[in-house]
Amino acid sequence: MSGFALLVGRDLRIALRRRGDALNVVVFFVVASSLFALGVGPEPKLLAAMGAGVVWVAALLAAMLSLPRMFAADFADGTLEQLLVAPRPLLGVVAAKISSHWLMTGLPLTLIAPLLGLQYHLPASALGTLLVSLVIGTPVLSMLGAAGAALTLGARGGGVLLGLLLLPLYVPVLVFGAGAVIAVQNGLDPGAHLSLLGAFLAVSSVVGPLAAMAALRIALD
Amino acid sequence: MIFNYAAPQAFYPIAGRMIPWFGVAAAVLAVAGLYVAFLVAPTDATQGEAYRIIFIHVPAAWMSMFIYLVMAFWAAAGLVLNTRLSGMMASALAPTGAMFTFLALWTGSLWGKPTWGTWWAWDARMTSELILLFLYLGFIALKGAFADPQRADRAGAVLALLGAVNVPIIYFSVVWWNTLHQGASVSLTRAPSMAMTMLVGMLLMALAAWMYSIAVSLARLRRIIRAREGDAEWIRLSTGKRNPR
Repeated sequence: MSGFALLVGRDLRIALRRRGDALNVVVFFVVASSLFALGVGPEPKLLAAMGAGVVWVAALLAAMLSLPRMFAADFADGTLEQLLVAPRPLLGVVAAKISSHWLMTGLPLTLIAPLLGLQYHLPASALGTLLVSLVIGTPVLSMLGAAGAALTLGARGGGVLLGLLLLPLYVPVLVFGAGAVIAVQNGLDPGAHLSLLGAFLAVSSVVGPLAAMAALRIALD
Repeated sequence: MIFNYAAPQAFYPIAGRMIPWFGVAAAVLAVAGLYVAFLVAPTDATQGEAYRIIFIHVPAAWMSMFIYLVMAFWAAAGLVLNTRLSGMMASALAPTGAMFTFLALWTGSLWGKPTWGTWWAWDARMTSELILLFLYLGFIALKGAFADPQRADRAGAVLALLGAVNVPIIYFSVVWWNTLHQGASVSLTRAPSMAMTMLVGMLLMALAAWMYSIAVSLARLRRIIRAREGDAEWIRLSTGKRNPR
């Protein structure tokens, strides 16, 4: 088995043994997005208009809150240092961490999002687009997130700092992701938004891991 | 040859000698710019006197974006060449960049109220300027989060580069909301649509902002050098003081 698969398998096994951690992210996602409705009132038209944005913002926050864990435990017990000096490309380690983060946050968030969309009275066609936009968009959160998590390793005020660094960089995902759903609600083709989201995914899949690798080398210098 | 000045102890006295020149240039240009802005430039036909805030607003907006690029450049130089001074330079530039970004937003808001009737609109340029402010704040926060300055410099450099790659994408993505903002007033491809005196006033103010940024950043750079190398023999020799720590 390749190192990549071994690492992903190990991370998933750890996550399964601490089921609470992974589950909390999903619960947070559901709670946060439900609260918006309580904040603005039950008017169906208003909720339908803001539903896509609410679900996407909640997804950004949920993915971000789970990020400090991406490298922290391995950094604390020295595993990360061993992975860094091992005669394997660091890219494999970063790619494995990104993949397991997505499998534990991005994927469950995507699967449960249509349910939240129903809470917000989104039409069926928009629910499908919401699902597609999250499938394309959530990997971006993990890729840029890896860079943020690696940069803030051992920094004071980890979680809040991470949000300050990452949320501005997540803006394009939010704009194109929520934009695609809103386009469908307005009877337009979401193709342009989804294509741009895909383009941003392509850029992030190069920039994110590269920055994460550089940041890990700096953290463990 | 130029690398001789990359050592903090070589650059420290040079920076000290350059600061007054840039400071005086900033003051002279600002006085000239404000003179043109308030006494020479004509009243705008549609916006009346309110438009005169452009003489602060546009230079501040230019500087906010330009300083981020310069900061990212020094960050990259620090990562590639491993020079200590580069990281300090990036740290010294960030607060000035953030200040100009805030100034651009603030004056824009003051300008928007009388002309559009609103303090804030979610249009592309205002939103991207706001996100630029967030990027500056993130950079400053990350730099402040490490006790080890070397680590802070290098982590900050990666973040600045990540931001620099993303800035055009962020700008492009927020163009989606292009609602209230007027088109760019100055463009390189077509003749400027403003009176010549207005342009002169704006360019004078922009130059003043440049000189001010250089002077302030150099002064901040000297403080950073003093704080970081306070234990070094040359600091004691050049300042004639005991170890400040």
